Formats: sequence, C-alpha cells, structure tokens
Amino acid sequence: MNPVVEKVAKWREEDKKAALATVVKVERSGPLGPGTSMAVSEDGQVVGSVSGGCVEPAVFEEAMTAIETGKPKLLTYGISDDEAFGVGLTCGGIIHIFVERVDW
Amino acid sequence: MSIIGRWHALLREQSPVAMATVIEGPEGSFGGKLLVTPEDHEGSAGNEDLDRAIVEAARGILEGGKTETRHFGPRGQRRMEDVAVFVQSFAPPPKMYVFGAIDFASAVARVGKFLGYRVIVCDARAVFATRERFPSADEVVVAWPDEFLETAEVDRRSVICVLTHDPKFDVPVLKAALETEAGYIGAMGSRRTHNNRTARLKEEGISDEALKRISSPIGLDIGSRTPEETAVAIAAEIIAFRTGHAGGRLAERSGPIHESAPDVAPSPDAQDARKDAAGAARDSR
Repeated sequence: MNPVVEKVAKWREEDKKAALATVVKVERSGPLGPGTSMAVSEDGQVVGSVSGGCVEPAVFEEAMTAIETGKPKLLTYGISDDEAFGVGLTCGGIIHIFVERVDW
Repeated sequence: MSIIGRWHALLREQSPVAMATVIEGPEGSFGGKLLVTPEDHEGSAGNEDLDRAIVEAARGILEGGKTETRHFGPRGQRRMEDVAVFVQSFAPPPKMYVFGAIDFASAVARVGKFLGYRVIVCDARAVFATRERFPSADEVVVAWPDEFLETAEVDRRSVICVLTHDPKFDVPVLKAALETEAGYIGAMGSRRTHNNRTARLKEEGISDEALKRISSPIGLDIGSRTPEETAVAIAAEIIAFRTGHAGGRLAERSGPIHESAPDVAPSPDAQDARKDAAGAARDSR
C-alpha cells in the first residue's frame, strides 16, 4: 500500500486539508524517480519524501502555501537554483516537483 | 466518493489505476486531475476533447505499468506541446515465478519479495514445495512446472527463474516460458548443464533467436557461491535486464548513474520501501 495516498485519504476523510507533492521529472542524477511523492496536512504532518532530504523543507513550505491558496505549482530544484536559500541537490541533478492541494 | 478516496480504495484492492495530472497548460486545464482505470475514469482537465486524449494515453501507459509525461494541444491535439500531463501507473506488483523448490529457490524468493515482486514457487515434488520451506513466497504450488506455466498469468513485467537444473523439468518449462511475453527468463545450471539443455531445446525445435531470450547460466558474474549470493546475482541481472544496463562497477565508469527516465516504473511495494528508506535517512539527520 502506498503510504502517502493512504495518509492523504485519511486526512481528507477527517476533513483536514492536505497537499500532495510529486516528483514529475528528474534530469541527470536524482535520488528518487518520477512518481515519488510526499504529502503535508494543514496541521503540519508530513508523509513520504521527494529527494534524499535535500529539498523537503522547501517543498513543505510550498505545500503549506498550496493548502492555503489552492493554487497548484510546478517547482524546479537543482544544484544551481535557489542557492541563496540553501536549497539544492548535492547529487547535481534537477528535479521537477508538482505541488497541489488535494481538493479532488 | 472523492477521487482521492477512490484512488486509495483501488490501491488497497490492488486494482490497476493511473493518475493523470496536468502539470503545464492553460488556465482551466492546469492542475486538472483524472483517475483512469481500464474501465472508466473520473475527474477532468477542463475540456472534453482533452479529457478523451488523456484517458486514452493513460490507459496505454497503465497497460505497460509506466510513469511518464505526455504532451497535447489545448483540446487534446497530438504533436502539440501546450499541455503537459504527468501520468503515473499504479499496477499490482509484477510476478516472479520460481521453478524448482531447491535451497537456491528459497533465497531467490526472498530477494524477489525484497524487490517488490509477487513470488510464486512451483515444483512437481510435494515434499519440496511446502510453505515451511518458502515462508516468504506468496504462493507455493505443487504442479508440473510447464503445465502450471501454461495456465499462469504472465505479462511483460513477469520474471521467470528456472532453477531445477534437471533437463526433465527444465526443457518443458523453458519451452512454455518462451511462449509467454515474460520480460525475463533465466535458467540455472553449470556450463555443462547449459550446453546439454540448449542442445535439447534445439532438438525440440526452439530457434537460436528464441534461445537468446533465456539468460543461461542465470545471473550476473559476481562470483556467487551460496544460495544468498546467487540470489543477489540473479536479482541484479533481472534489474539490469529491465533497465538495459550491462552490470559492472560504477566506480570504473563515468557518466550519470540514473537514466533520466526509468524504463519501467518500480512496483508500488518497492517504491514504498524506497520511500521508507529515504524517510529514515532524512529522519536520522
């Protein structure tokens, strides 16, 4: 059983808002392939992961924003991007992550 | 029921389902979500024609158990790039058939489970093919391997490991295996067994072309001796075969380790295991 889907389904049953972040593309070297996902609930619970831990904090913030606004977003993280915020992948890859509120 | 509820229910009953998400596209379509099964679909990307194109593409992707991004026009047109749809397949675990209930089979069954396969062990000898000897297998079947294989569900994601190394069993089951579309067929045995078996298969009218489908002797060349080591060599060959990699040491090679897109999506179980591992690694930091 996919633990992320299981958790999100449970949150939604409890009428808790949630967001899903899914790796949709990996360029060059990346730790986890397309389809791996993490989810965040409105009260800050997290399940799953989208990298080896490198970008999860940033994705968490984006997920919280998506829960609030309902606006989906395609995010890109790579070694050269976002270095000012200390977010990147040490493996040298680029990952594209789609974040959406689960209101479907 | 909500789409997330239905998705969860389908995964729980191990029914095949594809989730399609519009990750790039015009307002009204962007963020669109469709749940697609071989029989029906739910959700919309905001346009009937686009929905139809997405559902058709998603069914094809689900058939192969893959995960990939497809592009369409705003109304589902082909050869246009305006809309990008990420389609993820959730298919039941692929099957591993292990023939020959020997010690090596027990280790192969364990490594098969570890990789996320549904493992079925089969042997004609009731004394060997027991649950006790194969606690990790999903099914233990007492039957003639070739007869069993003729009725078993085998698809492109299935792997078949023939470990009997006795021509009496090997030859008929390998013949039956070649009739299937199994993605991997391996046969255990020494060089001598291999030569003997190959000769017999040829006598039975199997072409050289068909024989190339059989990985024999089975496994990557890592100097395995014990059943566990041999199981690792077999598992490594199964993965390398699927991904089209040659095997060998990364340390002696340059270039990227991962391809940009995996050939076959890992099974849900294996994916869960990877996620758990990644989660644990993160937690320990």
